[in-house]
Amino acid sequence: MRIGLIGQPNCGKSTLFNQIAGYKADTGNFSGTTVTFTESKVRVVGDVVDVVDLPGTYSLAGTNPAEREVIKYLTSNEVDVVVNVLDASQLSHGLVMTVELLELEIPMVIALNMMDEADRIGIRIDVKALGEMLGVPIIPMIATKGRGIQKLFVQAYQVGQHQQLPNQPHYSKDIERYLDVLMEELRGVESHLKPRALAIKLLEGAEEIIQDVVNKKPETESSLKTIKKSLHHERGQTAEWVINGERSGLADNLAKQVIKQGKRHITFRDRLDDILLHPFFGYIFLILILYVFFELVYSLGGLLETPLMDLFTQMEAWLLSLFNNSEAFIPQILIALVQGVSGGIGIVLPYLMPFLIGLGILEDIGYLPRVAFLMDALMHKIGLHGKSIVPIILGFGCNVPAIMATRILEDKRERFISAAISTMVPCAARMSVVFGLVAFYLGPVAALAIYLFNLFVIAFTGRILSRLVPGESTGLILEMPVYRIPTVRTVVNKAWWRIREFIVEAWPFLIVGSVVLAILNYIDVARYLNTLVSPLSWILGLPREVGVPLIFGILRKELSLVMLGQALGSMEFSSVLSPVQMITYTVFVVFYIPCLATMMVIRKELGGKMMWQIVGMTTLVATLASLFARGVAEIFF
Amino acid sequence: MSILDAPKGKKVRIVRYHGGKGVSHKLRQLGLFPGKEIIILRYAPLGGPVMIDAQGRSVALGRGIASRVEVEVV
Repeated sequence: MRIGLIGQPNCGKSTLFNQIAGYKADTGNFSGTTVTFTESKVRVVGDVVDVVDLPGTYSLAGTNPAEREVIKYLTSNEVDVVVNVLDASQLSHGLVMTVELLELEIPMVIALNMMDEADRIGIRIDVKALGEMLGVPIIPMIATKGRGIQKLFVQAYQVGQHQQLPNQPHYSKDIERYLDVLMEELRGVESHLKPRALAIKLLEGAEEIIQDVVNKKPETESSLKTIKKSLHHERGQTAEWVINGERSGLADNLAKQVIKQGKRHITFRDRLDDILLHPFFGYIFLILILYVFFELVYSLGGLLETPLMDLFTQMEAWLLSLFNNSEAFIPQILIALVQGVSGGIGIVLPYLMPFLIGLGILEDIGYLPRVAFLMDALMHKIGLHGKSIVPIILGFGCNVPAIMATRILEDKRERFISAAISTMVPCAARMSVVFGLVAFYLGPVAALAIYLFNLFVIAFTGRILSRLVPGESTGLILEMPVYRIPTVRTVVNKAWWRIREFIVEAWPFLIVGSVVLAILNYIDVARYLNTLVSPLSWILGLPREVGVPLIFGILRKELSLVMLGQALGSMEFSSVLSPVQMITYTVFVVFYIPCLATMMVIRKELGGKMMWQIVGMTTLVATLASLFARGVAEIFF
Repeated sequence: MSILDAPKGKKVRIVRYHGGKGVSHKLRQLGLFPGKEIIILRYAPLGGPVMIDAQGRSVALGRGIASRVEVEVV
């Protein structure tokens, strides 16, 4: 048996899923799309059932790919029963989608979540009455505390076995009349939707569904137009509006009948926004919170990185000691393998892990949308809106989670621009170059100048990209969820999911890339590599030898510092590089091509084409920015 | 008047909105229908978004979108 979980964003659906999902859960795509879902096996009354976590949507109108896939999936007999998760504290909002689900005529159960939250704001719900009106079993629960979950799945299992169908929602008489006419018209048209559901979707204007029906029975197109026209004429609103209005009215009505509004207890959580979104203190807190966040991630990451890297260094030394000639092919390849493995475990994971856990906490508390709220005005100046600030902030730790975080942007165009500029944010690894070269030899002021220059270039590039990439910023429409206390389980599970994605999808490439570079190195392509990069090093006024560290830096950004010493024959950089060269080199390293792990994540999230576009763009930006920096540095040094 | 001109902390009713399909679809999804009552909670500084309360749900609207939502005082 398969159970589908569905609910609006912030209803606690993911919390519920995380409570039941074991580590064996799997993510997948709907065939032929990039819309993802997660599936897990759960034991219910002695049977093993599949639970599918469907993407959170506000409605099932079928206007965007996620909604279309969800409708198709729900009506394709692939799920035996649907669990509709509702936020009890916002019943009338959630019921709108419940009404849409009822229309689909599929077996369902309602998980009335966040009963504690409803209680807090003084809402009492007559669960029995609501269940009778909808013809759907309703289980009150508190997912964060694990309350009601057992009962929910037992109930869902029973409904799934008996294929118990809910009551049908009834609309105003005129609408019902039109639906009857349409259903008559649709007789003989094959669809995965039930006749009535299909008629409603057609009236609602779901373009793909209409197209599908018209292909099967062309004459429906004109009759649908006639019906829509007369409906528009009678109601003074388009059919789409009328249907949406009917559903919303029905949901409001249901909520009104079953809700008793008691006294609302005002707690500090209600007051929290007064401080955290304050026009002045809000920003102070923003800086403070981010500072603490990064400080914790860095210190934790550092604690983990040092012993891990020591371990790998020892392993390398041990491996080399096994061979007489460490320069031979086999030991070199083995070393590269170890380095590829250690690049993932030793460098990315120590920071990625605390980072993702911290991010999960900020997310579950509900702070990230507040950051978007505070930063929206500023982001508009560079042609984006507030949500894009999240990947940019994350980029300072590691670009990999930054690219993953662009998922919160619905618009493909905004995702691309945000991803592109996030890759230019100096991550922890590039920070080591800025600190090791510029701050160490030229002082902290020079390093600060590079950071400020970096922000300026990011803003400037964002502006240019938002002009160049076709389309328009849709502006911010963002729900601000109620502040919640995160649970350990949800946070850990979420972090684990994201780390798993990195391990499975980006890391193998990192290892392969490491080996390929070792082979290149073995057949002594260093000379050719330097020649290949020589036009660039010549324009930038850098020694030819920077070619190799720059190319290896693509694999791991730290390498552009470590290997620079090897290439120039001295770790005492002030004896081999002038201050101007140090600045030019560092600025180039900060901006050029994202590291291999980041590139792989971009490829996965946005596709190979966009990955190459970002590679090209960052090379161009890096060249121009370092030329500019060279000019400025020559004035000072 | 638009949401931007509405008095802070007072209940107002949505009359209609002007704008493209995408915007009106998203507003509707969040339960912001004409006829619904909302409260303006706060404005972000420097031309930032407006935060409103729509029957217990807080929603932030960018100024561009807020300016296209017409409201009247209840």
